[in-house]
Amino acid sequence: MRTTNRRPCRLFEDASVRTALFTGAIVAALSGALGYFAVLRRLAFVGHAITDFGFTGGAAAVLVGLNSLWGFLALSIAGALAVDRFSMHARERDVATGIVLSFSLGIGALLLYFSTRFVSEPAALLFGSIFEIDPHVILPMLAIAIVCLSGVVILYRPLTFATISPEVAAARGVPVRALGTAYMLLLAIGVAESAQIVGILLSTALLIGPAASAAYLTRRPIVALAFAMIVAAAETILGIVLAYQSYTWPPGGKGWPVSFFVTMLALGVYLIARAWHPATRARRVPRTSIAA
Amino acid sequence: MTRIFDPAMLALPYMQNAFAAATIVALLAGFLGFFVVVRGASFAAHAYAQMGFAGAAGAVLVGVDPLLGLVAFAVGGAALNGLIGDRAHNHDVSTALLMVAALGTGALFLVLNNTFATAAFSLLFGSIVGVSRVQVAEVAVLASGCALALAFIYRPLLFVTVNREAARARGVPAFAIGVAFSTLLAVSAAIAVPTVGTLLIFSLLVGPAATATRLARAPLAAIALAMALAVGVTWAGIVAAYDTGWPVGFFITGFVMLAYLAARAFARPRTTTRSSLASTPVP
Repeated sequence: MRTTNRRPCRLFEDASVRTALFTGAIVAALSGALGYFAVLRRLAFVGHAITDFGFTGGAAAVLVGLNSLWGFLALSIAGALAVDRFSMHARERDVATGIVLSFSLGIGALLLYFSTRFVSEPAALLFGSIFEIDPHVILPMLAIAIVCLSGVVILYRPLTFATISPEVAAARGVPVRALGTAYMLLLAIGVAESAQIVGILLSTALLIGPAASAAYLTRRPIVALAFAMIVAAAETILGIVLAYQSYTWPPGGKGWPVSFFVTMLALGVYLIARAWHPATRARRVPRTSIAA
Repeated sequence: MTRIFDPAMLALPYMQNAFAAATIVALLAGFLGFFVVVRGASFAAHAYAQMGFAGAAGAVLVGVDPLLGLVAFAVGGAALNGLIGDRAHNHDVSTALLMVAALGTGALFLVLNNTFATAAFSLLFGSIVGVSRVQVAEVAVLASGCALALAFIYRPLLFVTVNREAARARGVPAFAIGVAFSTLLAVSAAIAVPTVGTLLIFSLLVGPAATATRLARAPLAAIALAMALAVGVTWAGIVAAYDTGWPVGFFITGFVMLAYLAARAFARPRTTTRSSLASTPVP
């Protein structure tokens, strides 16, 4: 841990902080965009489970000597598609996610048993290490983020339609099922990336928090999507700045973790958004129209 | 080399304790799991056990028994979730945010404690062969309490789960019953975590009950089948782990997955869900 005396005006002079702010903001914006649909489609559990699928993939990749990013991506996609395959009906999804999740964690336990190198890393993967991002990962990460966001832009109109009123969309010939699978693929890629960069905790916090807050504040999809992206990036930046500041806080000499600040900000913004305008409860998209 | 199912393992005290503790946890998980599956509370089952981990880290920081922190955070998280959870909209959202907030606090505890708290992390995976006879007795007492409480609220809980509006119209306190169920789930997860770990309690809560509800329609039959399945996969997992030396978590989650896939393949999906239960007469 760093022990140098840090001042706010020096914040941007530190290369690792600059990298953290830059990559953190991009990953957060991507999470916010994907999260808008994840919240509306009730995929909070799946979105979290994907991080654990990726964790197992990361362990497998390290075991065979690959960069853990590729393992993260491979198993996130495999797990997400398995959940999608198992949950033809929305009511099955909760259970299917749980079973695939526990199976993937069981394989992870076996891989941890075989691997001796990976054993020290669960904490880093869980809580993230945004100040220690591998520079070799930044370029592939940017490419993946661009691919994912392009996917969201391309699918935006039909996916919004299929999410908000699936029956009407299906009647109009929109391939609702295929769109759901395509979105699941994007979610897996985006979540694998964010879990790898900012850790499992922040990945879930940034996917769900800003988007759920946005759903309380506005009904217009495009506004909610933009709000989720901006708030996610702002929470991440503020979390990093606070973590940087906290080196001077008690007990002194060590920073409080970024994951603490960002998860608290995500929960806080969500609670404020809920309390903000009670009338939004009545104006929200009714459950029946998004249940499928 | 050992042979498959060497009866000599049953003579070893640590294996006896492992079988006893795991069987108790499996029986409770099968019973509770039926409601987890039918109420769609898998995410909550996962989240409460994880929240407990943060509490254990906090307890290590202030120097009290980690089990106390575990139970406090799991039950506190469940109560908060019941309070702020938005049933009509999306309950998973508040579950997710409370879980990450609890784990973020856990990360802070670990940093302030200046350690990666191996003790707290070993709780996450549990160590079934490290269970003492005293722990078996503790788990037995606490699990019996949970099972009794669940049996006590069984009828109103089933009614509320099947048809919330009708239950409320008949004067069943639906909100209180829901909070009681969440609390029971959190307590059960918390007492199981130190012996079997977060992974196994989660797997045993969801998998056997999900399999059973595909095979049996009546609630009591599904519960009995879930309990039998939970005990079966647990015993098979412990035996396989003993024979191979591989982690027991891998085998139990693997057997759970196999049972679920078999049930999916061979049984028509006449799942015991809200809709199918709604057509059957309920107390």
